[in-house]
Amino acid sequence: MRAVITVVGKDTVGILSGVSDICAENNINIIEVSQSILQELFCMIMLVDMEKSSVAFADFSDRLKAMGKEKNLQIHTMQEDVFNAMHHV
Amino acid sequence: MINTRDILETIQMIENENLDIRTVTMGISLLDCCCDDIDRSCTKVYDKITRLAERLVPEVDTIEKEYGIPIINKRIAVTPVAMLTAASGGDPVRYAKTLQRVADTVGVNFIGGYSALVQKGFSAGDEALINSIPEALACTQNLCSSVNIGSTKTGINMDAVAEMGKVVLRCAELTKDDNCIGAAKLVVFCNAPEDNPFMAGAFHGPGEPECVINVGVSGPGVVRAALAKIPGANITEVADTVKKTAFKITRMGQLVASQAAQRLGVPFGIVDLSLAPTPAVGDSVAHILEEMGLESCGAHGTTACLALLNDAVKKGGTMASSHVGGLSGAFIPVSEDAGMIDAARSGCLTIEKLEAMTSVCSVGLDMIVVPGDTPAEIISAIIADEAAIGMVNSKTTAVRLIPAIGVREGEELNFGGLLGSGPVMKVNTASPAKFISRGGRIPAPLQSLKN
Repeated sequence: MRAVITVVGKDTVGILSGVSDICAENNINIIEVSQSILQELFCMIMLVDMEKSSVAFADFSDRLKAMGKEKNLQIHTMQEDVFNAMHHV
Repeated sequence: MINTRDILETIQMIENENLDIRTVTMGISLLDCCCDDIDRSCTKVYDKITRLAERLVPEVDTIEKEYGIPIINKRIAVTPVAMLTAASGGDPVRYAKTLQRVADTVGVNFIGGYSALVQKGFSAGDEALINSIPEALACTQNLCSSVNIGSTKTGINMDAVAEMGKVVLRCAELTKDDNCIGAAKLVVFCNAPEDNPFMAGAFHGPGEPECVINVGVSGPGVVRAALAKIPGANITEVADTVKKTAFKITRMGQLVASQAAQRLGVPFGIVDLSLAPTPAVGDSVAHILEEMGLESCGAHGTTACLALLNDAVKKGGTMASSHVGGLSGAFIPVSEDAGMIDAARSGCLTIEKLEAMTSVCSVGLDMIVVPGDTPAEIISAIIADEAAIGMVNSKTTAVRLIPAIGVREGEELNFGGLLGSGPVMKVNTASPAKFISRGGRIPAPLQSLKN
């Protein structure tokens, strides 16, 4: 199962490493990352493979959300299928 | 990788535009629970629903987490209880209390199906059930009731219409200390769909399979936001934009429906393509109409805008789902829609205009607060008018009025939560008493003779 992590918020030091550390801790492989800064707003999209994940999806998502809250960022973790369903015929 | 813009658009819809799945509703047939002893019948009902729906709430919660899509309600719809009463006899309120226990055990928000289908006449169990509705809704919290009093194929059962006026009033009277909430849990239908996942009208029709998952989508906020991006567009572009947005919303509903069905091991039934508003700011159908260019919902032009919206939602949604059903159209429940509430308060939106609007959209006169001293025959006549629109146009129409007992015109009832709040609206008080007292049946219209 693949998931998309999106991070939106004010740019600060260590956002990418914070998210990737949580992935690594849970044996989740990062496939692709794209990031941009639009008018000081940090926006990162990460595609990850959760096939060998050592943690349940809900716990992983909660963990990222909690980290987001600490750093004042909005972090969403959603299965890739949602975007395929919505945007591809 | 998926387009960045598409990903951010989805996040924006969920985060800022109130995109959600309104309900995942499990339909369960209770026909095999009928027996001639009401005690045994109630035990079978409890055991069967709690067995089949045991995992409904946790599984749907997991889907919500994994897909990041808010799923607001988990509900159950059952075989019309009048059919069980026909076999078992006894006081139907016993079933109501059993269904409430089921709701408490499995943790669903609502359970629908305290219903009777009497479009052509009353059979065993129907009258007992209808007479028990006020008490059943007063002594339960999560139970919903509906009665189908007419259809295009059969005409309108005017005896049932006369009876339902009294039942609606009684529902409000018995719950007058709780904002007359009983009446908000009762809907009177013409052409009731058998696979509707939305409350208060959900029931599991006799033609439905043993157990099924139906999903109702939402998303008025998303449609409004899409229209706000094309302020100068002509009306063809407006319709196209609604269509494209409805497609995306429905695809999400289809995904959730198929996932829920697969995980619960139950067949997928339908996706209901309805734009269901909530009282939250930014989740209003009225505001979509205003975005199209009306000063206020209720202004002249409202019916045309709503017709366009309703049609475009269906066109966009149909391709997005393998099976479409239920009510499928824009809802216009006054108390559940911030824009409708404002329009009703200002006097721009009247019951007469709402009636016209119901001829081009689903569902009907929904969540409208009327004066508590409105006579039963006027409520019956409102039901008859609405049923006539449904019967002639081969569409579902419904009436969910809340007589505000002890509250005057201009004051408000506040139900809280998704049911919202609404001002007491003015009702035409000229008497239809003689018409309603005639009884009998309005014959089926020519439209019914299609064979």
